[in-house]
Amino acid sequence: MNKTEFDLVVVGGGPGGYVAAIRAAQLGLQTAVVEANHLGGICLNWGCIPTKALLRASEINHLLHHLGEFGFAADNVRFDLQKVVKRSRQVAGQLSSGVGHLLKKNKVTVFDGFGALAGKDGSRRLLSVTKDGKPVATLSAKNLILATGARARVLPGLEPDGKLIWSYREAMVPTELPKRLLVIGSGAIGIEFASFYRNMGAEVTVVEVLDRILPVEDEEIGALAHKAFVKQGMTILTGAKIGPITKGADNVSLSVEAGGKTHALTVDRVISAVGIVGNVEKLGLEGTAVTVDRTHVKVDAKCFTGEPGVYAIGDLAGPPWLAHKASHEGVMCVEAIAGRHVHPIDPLNIPGCTYCRPQIASVGMTEARAKEAGHKVRVGRFPFIGNGKAIAMGEPEGLVKTVFDAETGELLGAHMIGAEVTEMIQGYVIARTSELTEAELKETVFPHPTISEAMHEAVLAAYDGALHI
Amino acid sequence: MSVNILMPALSPTMTEGKLARWLKKEGEAIASGDVIAEIETDKATMEVEAVDEGTLGRILVEAGTEGVKVNAPIAILVAEGEAVPDAAQAAAAPKAAAPAPTVGAAGATPTVIAPAPVAEVAPKAGRVFASPLARRIAAQKGIDLGQVKGSGPNGRIVRRDVEAAVAVPAPAAASTTPKAAPPPAPVIDVPHTAVPNSTVRKVIARRLTEAKSTIPHFYVAMDVELDALLALRAQLNASSPAEGPGAFKLSVNDLLIKAVAVTLRRVPKVNASYTEDATILYDDVDISVAVSVPDGLITPIIRNADRKSLSQISNEAKELIARARAGKLKPQEFQGGSFSISNMGMYGVKEFSAIINPPQAAILAIAAGEKRAVVKGDALAIATVMTVTLSVDHRVVDGALAAEWVAAFRSVVESPLSLVV
Repeated sequence: MNKTEFDLVVVGGGPGGYVAAIRAAQLGLQTAVVEANHLGGICLNWGCIPTKALLRASEINHLLHHLGEFGFAADNVRFDLQKVVKRSRQVAGQLSSGVGHLLKKNKVTVFDGFGALAGKDGSRRLLSVTKDGKPVATLSAKNLILATGARARVLPGLEPDGKLIWSYREAMVPTELPKRLLVIGSGAIGIEFASFYRNMGAEVTVVEVLDRILPVEDEEIGALAHKAFVKQGMTILTGAKIGPITKGADNVSLSVEAGGKTHALTVDRVISAVGIVGNVEKLGLEGTAVTVDRTHVKVDAKCFTGEPGVYAIGDLAGPPWLAHKASHEGVMCVEAIAGRHVHPIDPLNIPGCTYCRPQIASVGMTEARAKEAGHKVRVGRFPFIGNGKAIAMGEPEGLVKTVFDAETGELLGAHMIGAEVTEMIQGYVIARTSELTEAELKETVFPHPTISEAMHEAVLAAYDGALHI
Repeated sequence: MSVNILMPALSPTMTEGKLARWLKKEGEAIASGDVIAEIETDKATMEVEAVDEGTLGRILVEAGTEGVKVNAPIAILVAEGEAVPDAAQAAAAPKAAAPAPTVGAAGATPTVIAPAPVAEVAPKAGRVFASPLARRIAAQKGIDLGQVKGSGPNGRIVRRDVEAAVAVPAPAAASTTPKAAPPPAPVIDVPHTAVPNSTVRKVIARRLTEAKSTIPHFYVAMDVELDALLALRAQLNASSPAEGPGAFKLSVNDLLIKAVAVTLRRVPKVNASYTEDATILYDDVDISVAVSVPDGLITPIIRNADRKSLSQISNEAKELIARARAGKLKPQEFQGGSFSISNMGMYGVKEFSAIINPPQAAILAIAAGEKRAVVKGDALAIATVMTVTLSVDHRVVDGALAAEWVAAFRSVVESPLSLVV
């Protein structure tokens, strides 16, 4: 019989839960993780990681069709979609088993099953674990962290059917490439799938109810992305209203109103990417002080739910829906439980990345939001066309934009579009987290030749003027 | 978790006191060390400092309430964003407030695994760890980072700490004049004894720092012959009944209090205070008399000294000074006043300059009377002479006016009949 008494039990083994468990073990807490599906959660199995494997394939496909620019020639370029998908699954599998090893190494007990609150034993929390409806164990812990994550929001009439209408899950394991694809929703998930399928050769239409794509990004960046996608051959309909859907044998017809016109569309597959909802059901929250607001658990700055001994982190606990936010919250929450002094997360210091082509990355406030917040701003811009490395790489399209507070020199926000920007945004995140001002950023020596020099230039552009434009 | 803020005991014998006023409002953020309220006892007004940080959730005892028992809950402190309980919770083990004017508090703790929370590393004296943004905002707002407690990693001062320092209102008794932050504490590494500062000491430090750093002082000194005044004193004391209610024994100081009061009537523009909008000219002449007490000094007030007889002033001064030394003055007996006197004559002091007692515009420093050789006509003579030095606030009193005042004072002292008529 497994041990059933712990200092901490984490419900959910995604990037929030398993990281929290490892940190708890490091701090000497007897820790268990209860996971109903796969260790690593959506991120590792059906999200961040496998999509990056797919997007890498689509970039290679794009490159293979532009070999001439680099002096190469190849005939009969083709791909086997099954193998592309298989690689993506292998990557996910490799990392999921890696999480298992990490937990084992840290002596974290893993329970395979569904965890739900099951009352109290004195001040200790009880948690029931069931597998396929059958009880597996009842665990007792001083503290519980709920990290059950979220799932795709389902719009009425657009319920995923596994065949014509896909959620992210089906979209990640296509058996064949749809000729015509409709993506509903232009957030990070929708745009990444649109980018993957477009670069693999599908005809892609993106519809967005709001008046612009990537609505959380800086308007200028969103507009550049829009232009780049249209140039790649995507159709984008913003301010769109979707009419009733008619499913055919192997296609879907619908009308979309946008820009004062009605577009009659017939596509082979539809991807619905219209946001997420928290996995709050069947967690045994009834009768506790845990508050659920629009499918997410309400928590304070230290992830405490208000119910003694119960904490919630990650997607379950509210936006932004990002794996790195979940992991960071997991660590902070565990340290708070262990009695350490912790610093609540500033949402403006959480970077966001979208791995479409061109990539998009940002941190902090958009220019519009900074102005709304009453800041007098200084804005710097530097295009990739002025960057030697970007040109040498054949990636001359991109922009780095900085937004500073004109009075204090605080870096309010940074917004980037172009090659490799997701790997570079951390520079600005460090600047924000360390509260650097334009002075330190100006004095930092950036290596040459790198695309990161554009980040330096975008700082200079906000003040003395960029050097290479 | 919410904690009760308890009525502190300001002295070992204190059993109850008056909650004079709140310096923080409900919903306001409180940092450890913030002055949150003022408590009055029969001795003095004392400041209550917060021990814990959080948000002032609810005030349980309104300002102005008398007879608040020591250790009774007076407010509830909650964590940021936490719901505010309506009433004080039954504190599991209320940590009684120490004799020091601080608030102890303890509350029921939730089920946390918790070893005691590890406190942030306090910033060390010497090098200040602060983010570049914090440094810049501090420079722009005139905040001394040496006085700011850091809440960032390893106690580093970050933006929110500086912003919190900017937001803290000036302490209670301080005038509206913005106060420069005191310099960082020097590092003392030679053998020494650290005597913790009493609240009185802190109040003195704060008020005098404020006075000397915000009031443009200047000084006018003059020698004054005392022989006529001493003769009058001897004459008057000889006329006192030997005992009974009418008995009196005038000190030189009593006569000088009256002389100052009479002079202020003659040159009333010195009986004043400076404010941003206007110069305030006081109707009454209320003389604050500096009295040294065991842990500092205090200034009991002889009100309407110009209208009181010398014997009245004498009896009142004796009584006030005795009670001041016993620590039994009521706040209204030492708060206010329109002009101050500091007399160090009894210590044989040749001359000295005093620091103005804000919001007053002037203070008279009185040194010892001694026999000196003086020139009268064209001959040397012996006279009893003292040097007085008037410290004045140049915002209210200009040089000529100050000179006029000391000349008038000399005239009153040297022709002292105006003290009795």
